[in-house]
Amino acid sequence: MKLDNPGLGHSGFGHPGHTLGMPSTGTSRVPLLAPDAPAQTRKDFTSDQEVRWCPGCGDYAILATMQGFLPELGLRRENIVFISGIGCSSRFPYYLDTYGMHSIHGRAPSIATGLATSRPDLSVWVITGDGDALSIGGNHLIHALRRNINITILLFNNEIYGLTKGQYSPTSEQGKVTKSSPLGSVDTPFNPVSLALGAEATFVARTMDSDRAHLSGVLRAAAEHRGAALVEIYQNCPIFNDGAFDVLKDRAESQRRIFHLRAGEPISAGGQVVIRDTDNELRIVAEGEADPQRIVIHDPSAADPSTAFALSRLSESTLSHVPMGVFRSVSRPAYDDLVRGQVEMAVAQAGGPATDADLAALLGGHDTWTVGA
Amino acid sequence: MNKPVRQLDRVVIRFAGDSGDGMQLTGDRFTSDSAVAGHDLATLPNFPAEIRAPAGTLPGVSSFQLHFADHDVLTPGDAPDVLVAMNPAALKANLRDIPRGATIIVDTDEFSRRNLGKVGYAVSPLDDGSLESYHVHPLALTSLTVDSLASFELSRKDKERAKNMFALGLLSWLYTRPLESTEEFLRRKFATKPDILAANIAALHAGAHYGETTEDFAHTYAIAPATMREGTYRNITGNTALAYGLVVAARRAGLPLVLGSYPITPATDILHTLSGLKRFGVTTIQAEDEIAGVGMALGASFGGALGVTSTSGPGLALKAETIGLAVSLELPLVVVDVQRGGPSTGLPTKTEQADLLQAMFGRNGESPVAVIAPQSPVDCFDAAIEATRIATAYRTPVVLLSDGYLANGSEPWRLPEIADLPDLTVTFQTEPNAVDDLGAPVFHPYTRDPQTLARPWAVPGTAGLEHRIGGIEKADVTGVIAYDPDNHERMTHLRRDKVAGITASIPALEVDDPDGNARVLVLGWGSTYGPIHAAARSVRRHGMAVARAHLRHLNPFPSNLGEVLRSYERVIVPEMNLGQLALLLRAQFLVDVQSHTAVRGLPFTAGELADVVTAAIHALPEPAAEHAR
Repeated sequence: MKLDNPGLGHSGFGHPGHTLGMPSTGTSRVPLLAPDAPAQTRKDFTSDQEVRWCPGCGDYAILATMQGFLPELGLRRENIVFISGIGCSSRFPYYLDTYGMHSIHGRAPSIATGLATSRPDLSVWVITGDGDALSIGGNHLIHALRRNINITILLFNNEIYGLTKGQYSPTSEQGKVTKSSPLGSVDTPFNPVSLALGAEATFVARTMDSDRAHLSGVLRAAAEHRGAALVEIYQNCPIFNDGAFDVLKDRAESQRRIFHLRAGEPISAGGQVVIRDTDNELRIVAEGEADPQRIVIHDPSAADPSTAFALSRLSESTLSHVPMGVFRSVSRPAYDDLVRGQVEMAVAQAGGPATDADLAALLGGHDTWTVGA
Repeated sequence: MNKPVRQLDRVVIRFAGDSGDGMQLTGDRFTSDSAVAGHDLATLPNFPAEIRAPAGTLPGVSSFQLHFADHDVLTPGDAPDVLVAMNPAALKANLRDIPRGATIIVDTDEFSRRNLGKVGYAVSPLDDGSLESYHVHPLALTSLTVDSLASFELSRKDKERAKNMFALGLLSWLYTRPLESTEEFLRRKFATKPDILAANIAALHAGAHYGETTEDFAHTYAIAPATMREGTYRNITGNTALAYGLVVAARRAGLPLVLGSYPITPATDILHTLSGLKRFGVTTIQAEDEIAGVGMALGASFGGALGVTSTSGPGLALKAETIGLAVSLELPLVVVDVQRGGPSTGLPTKTEQADLLQAMFGRNGESPVAVIAPQSPVDCFDAAIEATRIATAYRTPVVLLSDGYLANGSEPWRLPEIADLPDLTVTFQTEPNAVDDLGAPVFHPYTRDPQTLARPWAVPGTAGLEHRIGGIEKADVTGVIAYDPDNHERMTHLRRDKVAGITASIPALEVDDPDGNARVLVLGWGSTYGPIHAAARSVRRHGMAVARAHLRHLNPFPSNLGEVLRSYERVIVPEMNLGQLALLLRAQFLVDVQSHTAVRGLPFTAGELADVVTAAIHALPEPAAEHAR
């Protein structure tokens, strides 16, 4: 499969004056391994802790892919930090031999914001789930995205609460029967991709636990992105919501259901293709019937997120049409770069770092008086 | 044409008007001028939560009280000697605090039938004889101001807005103050509006000239400078002092300062002040909510910064879970709670001390944190440094309990030498501190310093110390997840002992008992320092003995506190809550302290506390011969 990495040049988004001198990739201020250091392997990223997810949990596959992917970044291991909230997926940091924090329910993006803003030399990852990110932590998620903090958020979506033993989540389909919804859930679910796009996210992608190649490709693009990256990962919970994504894992079914998003290419699956219809709506039609002029060519770097949003709305809870890949990847100055830029500019304009004498002048203010001597 | 000057030793002035009348500014300026004149002083701003309540109504009244003297001042003063009332509402709202014989200056232009009606005056109190026992100066301040600006090309409204400067000029003349520093202030404030600047300066001078020429005032007053320690001084509010204290503490610790904060009255000025100090390397993040504010601070601490969050009581409630995480992570965290009246939204702009128990216990599980409180606006500076010292040395959250009175009140501050302030240098862990079964070096994040029980602070970016921490219970030493019952018992005790052990680094409680023969002790904490101290002076002036002590450290307490409590027959604990410190003292020391409380949104008056102390002294049994101390 092919995943482009668009949106890293000037997309016309943001103010050129702001982007000048700004780091261009997600890890561009993170120290690299010394050239003579031995190459990292999966083992370097495997902690000594016994992994304690349920047998068959999709988290195992994601962890294995992550451990296999991280050496590719070539970063110093000590400069990588994983921060998680609460939930099954949030145990993830314990199993990676990097720095890590298993925090509290929903709050990981805020903790990551404080860390990323004060430490440009770190590659900061947030591990969260559908309950953690979209329910109790919804506020922090949307604000991390609109600020465009340079962090990568991996949202493991299993459409269920696992750790509390099987209640419907904010992504569970309406009508879902669980222990807390014996007559079926009446909640309207969130579409995480739509939500992220609405929250001004600059990078939004969807992938799946079991597709190692696709997951690795999306992780690569997300890590490369400077700013907040939101990656929704469909993840199977074998205990409380088993098989939720099985139709996307079956070879034949997936071929007609998964619409791969590839920059510069039509969006198609199983002989169907996405077009922009005469009423300006996106529709899925048979390739043979599609007016070539109306076939949508995927452009994740489009400044206007409307098409990406429309693509995200093609998903249905029946999973009949599921776009996968990078919906949006545009360049906008990252919050933490701007914050540090203001501090650096203030320090530079004042002639360098403050001295004790500068501090004494601050304390004195404008109106001082002297007693004695 | 100079009028005779009368010498006074102290004056309490209250400026009162509509929220939009500029009373806080007028008070601030008069305060600065008093400070520059060498007086000791204390201030009490009092304003509504509404930004602009309906004009001329009682809820819209804003006031600023200033006590200045030729001697050491401890409180903003129990009762004003002078009330400046800019409208009938200001008069009505403040009159009950004004003792008979005091001076009242009113703006008669505002005493219209309509304005009188708004506050329920059927007849003007200026005409019905109800103010006979005061020295009332009815002055047409608004029209005098407008007339004095006749030559200015400004709207009548703009001219009227300068009436606070006219009043300030008049008062400055009355108390023989130079106008230069206010002129200089106006030049800074209105640098880009030359016409407004000129009008304000003209109104200021017009007010002073009016005092000189009118027959309303027969003489002026002078107050000699106070005897103060040699040094350079400025006037400062508690919130500014606290913000500066954090900046200096971070510098003395060698750490970058990161503030995560959500705006909330009366703490917001800390965010404002620190946001303007980027030149000092300060990072501020205005968070999406209170929880995010403390999360950002904790994330910054994890990365090796001094993480701070500032809030008030409702915000502290929201931050509770994250503070609990910091207890578990054992990372430094400074949580500033500028207390206000509660519960819920309560009295946002009024003061209270009712968050002590929330700070102590407002989290799930056994989650001890250090708690300290400043005693005066200036002391907010030192308290911020002390909070940072404890947080960094013990890797613990520290709750710093300021309050609305300290936050907005001001007093002269003798500027410290930066180099004389405590050295808070922090040492990060840089090397592995253990070996594994095979003899290879490893890092155990929950080993402890034998003295402080603090764990090592190993920040991301340090090779070889990669580790994971979290809110799940951790195994002693190694820090890996552990559900073992004995380990939880051990860790719970370790966390408690670590915080309790801070006692070893704090000074013993000092008791002010000049003759050593007092039988009654008044023990306070936080902003009650001034009124308690002033009350003790008053009681002593009346020939009675009373001891006085003040707690900076609320958790842990100083090591000699129990001994001090048991040394007195009667211990009075005044608090602006319903007895929260008293509860802790009774629980910990089994001493039946006498709780004296008030929750009126205002500080205690010295007179009220002096009465309480005097009554307690009178109620003591005759000393038995063998018991005489």
